[in-house]
Amino acid sequence: MNKIDQYRRKFLGAASAAFVGITIAPGILLQAGNAATAGQGVSDAQRWGLLIDTNRCEPGCDACVQACNKENGLRSIHGPKTDAQWIRKVSLKNRKNGHVLNMPVMCQHCAKAPCVDVCPTGASFKRADGIVLVDKHTCIGCRYCMMACPYKARSFVHEKLTDQLPHAPRGKGTVESCTLCVHKIDRGDNTTACVQACPHGAMMFGDLNDPDSAISKQIKSLGSQQLRKKLDLDTGVRYQGIPV
Amino acid sequence: MSLILIIVALFAALNMEHEGHYITGMDNQIVWGVPHVVAIFLIISASGALNIASIASVFGRQFYTPLSRLSTVVAITLLIGGLSVILLDLGRPDRLLIAMTYFNFSSIFAWNIILYTGFIGIGIIYLWTMLDWQADKYRKPVGIIAFCWRLILTAGTGSIFGVLVAREAYDIVIMAPMFIVLSLGYGLACYLLVMCLFLPEQSWQVFKHRLSRLLAVFIVCGLATSLFYHGANYWWFDAQAVEDFLLFGDDIYPWLIWGGYLILGNILPLLLLGFHFNQNSQASTLLISSLVIAGGLVHLYALIIGGQAYPMPLIEGYDSTSSFFDGVIASYSPSQWEIMLGLGGFALSLFLAGFTVRVFRILPESK
Ligand code: SF4
Ligand code: SF4
Repeated sequence: MNKIDQYRRKFLGAASAAFVGITIAPGILLQAGNAATAGQGVSDAQRWGLLIDTNRCEPGCDACVQACNKENGLRSIHGPKTDAQWIRKVSLKNRKNGHVLNMPVMCQHCAKAPCVDVCPTGASFKRADGIVLVDKHTCIGCRYCMMACPYKARSFVHEKLTDQLPHAPRGKGTVESCTLCVHKIDRGDNTTACVQACPHGAMMFGDLNDPDSAISKQIKSLGSQQLRKKLDLDTGVRYQGIPV
Repeated sequence: MSLILIIVALFAALNMEHEGHYITGMDNQIVWGVPHVVAIFLIISASGALNIASIASVFGRQFYTPLSRLSTVVAITLLIGGLSVILLDLGRPDRLLIAMTYFNFSSIFAWNIILYTGFIGIGIIYLWTMLDWQADKYRKPVGIIAFCWRLILTAGTGSIFGVLVAREAYDIVIMAPMFIVLSLGYGLACYLLVMCLFLPEQSWQVFKHRLSRLLAVFIVCGLATSLFYHGANYWWFDAQAVEDFLLFGDDIYPWLIWGGYLILGNILPLLLLGFHFNQNSQASTLLISSLVIAGGLVHLYALIIGGQAYPMPLIEGYDSTSSFFDGVIASYSPSQWEIMLGLGGFALSLFLAGFTVRVFRILPESK
């Protein structure tokens, strides 16, 4: 808990520094105005998470990916190898019986996050409500977190950015990943861009700690799985319809 | 020559910093590239280069005493070279101060930053105990501290990879001890390279046979450990698939490991040493050391790049495809920028060593 408080203080400190006017690129505030309140009122009473029903996820559909890119101002710049991808559609095929699965994969917001453990400066941090974020002020761009993430969920910003959105600060030379639309959560939207966009109802957002939330009920009735569950990271993103 | 390479490397780093890393061969799949291979090599060699001094002051072998100063100098300069490369490859090298002031103590990387800076400090004190006869009495205790520090440092460097549970190629405990053993040969090879460049031939005559023998012993130890590592990964730990890929796959890695590391970096140097090629002259030792260094680099390249190139499975038994290169073997071709930066690391080490050797009384006196 202490550590989380420490991270929170650091994050708040960083956010207020942004107010004083530190900029990533001329004219762009590192932390958006409303980010100063991010972290405030955050408690471990909640654990935000996602539930993805792979049976409903349609092959070829990438509405969630498009929505994320739009929401967070991501676009292709120098091609797929270096572009930031916070969420991607993955298609999996069973080597023996040919069974096919489709699913979006993003940062799994691990409770025991390897990225947070390895980050030398503490820039990778976990909020009390389980959201894993990168503090853009203290990330030195060593990419050790990318080496450590078992889901390839992180992207490095490989080039100068000029068209960032105020609520999704990004910066050349730092690492980023899905924020679980933290700006939406903090303003009380109670959902994420990808969940809102899915036309097939394959994604659900909610509080995993609240037994009465829709997501918890759904998990309770049908169960859920974690990707690479052998690693035992207690992920905040859960899947249904994948082999145990 | 070194100076030119250093300037070129600085230019490369400036360019990477200015444009962003898209101009390099590194990307979101291969996140650590040639700079990391070079930096890790220089860092483990640094700890290995200190061995000569340790043999003299910790293990009391008088023969090596005159060689100790150079050993310490090479250790320090190799480390500085390695750290400079890592630093200049950061996405935000301008945030060095943050790296030095914000510590996440659960991060092995943060610990390594402390270990590396400490090593330089201890190395300098150690050198002082050798240069100033009044400080002579401290040499042994400082030597012991330096020796222990260097063991921890190398183990720590190995653990950078060892702790990565995500990647099959790395997640085992023998990575740290393997780095310690490998550091012996790599460090001595770097040491001999510097020695052959700066020591007059007639002084070399005094040391050449013992040092050559020592190098042969270290090469054998390193080779045995690498064999053990790959074998253990293959048979005991669940990493057959990735070892198959590294050792027998269709990519460049088997060539690097068998051809580069095993044959050029181990067998050939051992043969040359065994047959006292050219009476272990400085020229032949230069060649042998270069082979060992090249072999070491190639081996690390295969481990570090190959370990990342091999895809991570999302669900056991399923092959994956995506727009983010899931399920495919990632390709990597280093750009001129990261190669310049890597060469600059070597050049900086060599330049600093050469400079120190000229300014201070570092080399063993000729009889
Ligand atoms: S999925 Fe990766 S980036 Fe996200 S919390 Fe886990 S380790 Fe960190
Ligand atoms: S790249 Fe940034 S967030 Fe990732 S480990 Fe390094 S400092 Fe931490």
